[in-house]
Amino acid sequence: MERYRVFDHTADLGMEIYGRTAGDLFSNAAFAVFDIITDLSQIRPRETRDIVVEGSGWEDLLVNFLREVLYLFNGDSFLSKECFVSEIDEVRVVGKVSGEQFDPFRHRIHKEIKAVTYHQVMVRHTPELWTGKVIFDV
Amino acid sequence: MSEQMTGLKKIDDCRWMVSMTGGMRVPGIIYSSEKLIKEMGADESPKQVANVAHLPGIVKFSLAMPDMHWGYGFPIGGVAAFDLEEGIISPGGVGYDINCGCRLVTTRLALEDVRDRVQDLVRALFQNIPAGVGSKGVLKLAARDQKKVLIDGAKWAVDQGYGTQEDLETTEDRGAVKGADPEKISARALERGREQLGTLGSGNHFLEIEVVEEIFDADAAAAFGLERDQVAVLIHSGSRGLGYQVCDDYLALMVKHIGELGFPLPDRQLACAYLSSPRGKDYLAAMACAANYAWANRQMLMHWTRETFEKVLRKPPRELGMKLLYDVCHNIAKLEQFVVDGKEKTLCIHRKGATRAFPPGHPALPGQYRKAGQPVLIPGDMGTGSYVLAGTERAFTETFGSTCHGAGRVMSRTQAMKASKGRAITREMAERGIVIMASGKGTLSEEIPEAYKNLDEVVDVVHRAGISRKVAKLRALGCIKG
Repeated sequence: MERYRVFDHTADLGMEIYGRTAGDLFSNAAFAVFDIITDLSQIRPRETRDIVVEGSGWEDLLVNFLREVLYLFNGDSFLSKECFVSEIDEVRVVGKVSGEQFDPFRHRIHKEIKAVTYHQVMVRHTPELWTGKVIFDV
Repeated sequence: MSEQMTGLKKIDDCRWMVSMTGGMRVPGIIYSSEKLIKEMGADESPKQVANVAHLPGIVKFSLAMPDMHWGYGFPIGGVAAFDLEEGIISPGGVGYDINCGCRLVTTRLALEDVRDRVQDLVRALFQNIPAGVGSKGVLKLAARDQKKVLIDGAKWAVDQGYGTQEDLETTEDRGAVKGADPEKISARALERGREQLGTLGSGNHFLEIEVVEEIFDADAAAAFGLERDQVAVLIHSGSRGLGYQVCDDYLALMVKHIGELGFPLPDRQLACAYLSSPRGKDYLAAMACAANYAWANRQMLMHWTRETFEKVLRKPPRELGMKLLYDVCHNIAKLEQFVVDGKEKTLCIHRKGATRAFPPGHPALPGQYRKAGQPVLIPGDMGTGSYVLAGTERAFTETFGSTCHGAGRVMSRTQAMKASKGRAITREMAERGIVIMASGKGTLSEEIPEAYKNLDEVVDVVHRAGISRKVAKLRALGCIKG
């Protein structure tokens, strides 16, 4: 299954993310962020980082989760290769990412994602498919 | 396009009205031209002008400048004034890059002095000035020093030897707004700011060598120290990751408490706090820190520019005469005094992609500019050059002392990438006589000139509308980008 798709939005970057479950949706969203930032094949899963985030509903939770994910790179220069969600409900998500510190000699940065926005944020689901939509400031 | 389709009513050749509907507390006014209104197409920014008019305490109008385009919550190019008692402050009304702005450095060099050296200068500037995604500066600030940067702004940089006291005289607010409180900044914002001071950044930020091509107002140009064929340097940068984090932190906090405002918001990105509330005051104090950081940043970038010119051209500072003409910010909220209904009042002016344009005689201006009005710097897109304007009395009475800030995007980044596919942008620019060096290839493609509104058209509107006056136009010679 396709994990995410990019769509155009004025000055910015929109992303539609898919998953079979809520956990799947969130881990694919984290994957998508780093897939856009860098070439994931060059990232080695050397270290892990824990992520625990709260929100007031699915959409708020997704934005807060992605803010945390983005801070890994923007604040800590950490590049994540994969994300695993272990616990999730509408107000809290617990997960782990694996990856390594950014090394300018080995890693290329394709695109800078500056912030996650609340604009048109959406999460909806059917019994088979979870879909999320987020717009990033780039 | 019919008026019904846009929801806009033409007032005169430069102004369109967004009439009051629904919960709007004041009407909206958009400064624009027939051409720019047509080009806007389906852009939702007029609706955003109307959304801003819903916010409590808004004074007179929700305004937008001709370079207006869609932004988060507030449109980019938006100006709105709020009453201190009843009004609000909104991080979305300032923007992510707090105190994104620019400064123009004039020189005693003429075009013929540098014509053959532009390539060398651009190469050396690219080497000496850190640019690009996540670029780190030469400094790693200790916590105590960083707090000083956040409080003292450009003065901190001058105290460290980056420039002179004279530079502060010609910086908006002397390079530091009051009320900055580092305690109101998160550990994350501090962390992001620690290694990025003295870096240009990426995206639309750039440093450009330019030459004065045309003078429109000889008296003002003389006051600003501008003459034809003179070489100058324009620096466009902001508060880097620190400003982004401040905006992100406070936006999330205000979204969390959106229910406590007591009125419905038409868009979550308009999340705000009352100016009189502790949360509103905290944001103002945090925003001031980011603004001051940006001024210190541009001061350092200018210092290295001066050093680079000295080294490459082998001329002493006195001979180069690199003088800061002015430094303006175009993403900020400020407490300023205006006359409303015959009474002087302090208001909180949000300028998101708009520049302060104070009139002749305003006490905030340095002595040498009192007669001409405040210098207003309008950067174009990569390679277009820029304009120097002067603030007017009309801006002071009509737009809370504000004018446009740049060209404004018309193409999305993806559209620009598509339009530039297969093209050698660096060579295209070289054919137009502009030397460009960029750290990211993607940046160049996203920032191609046709991705932006025509700068001449934008500037023409603010000039005709009388909210600023054309003084000079500069053409680009060389440019470094992130």
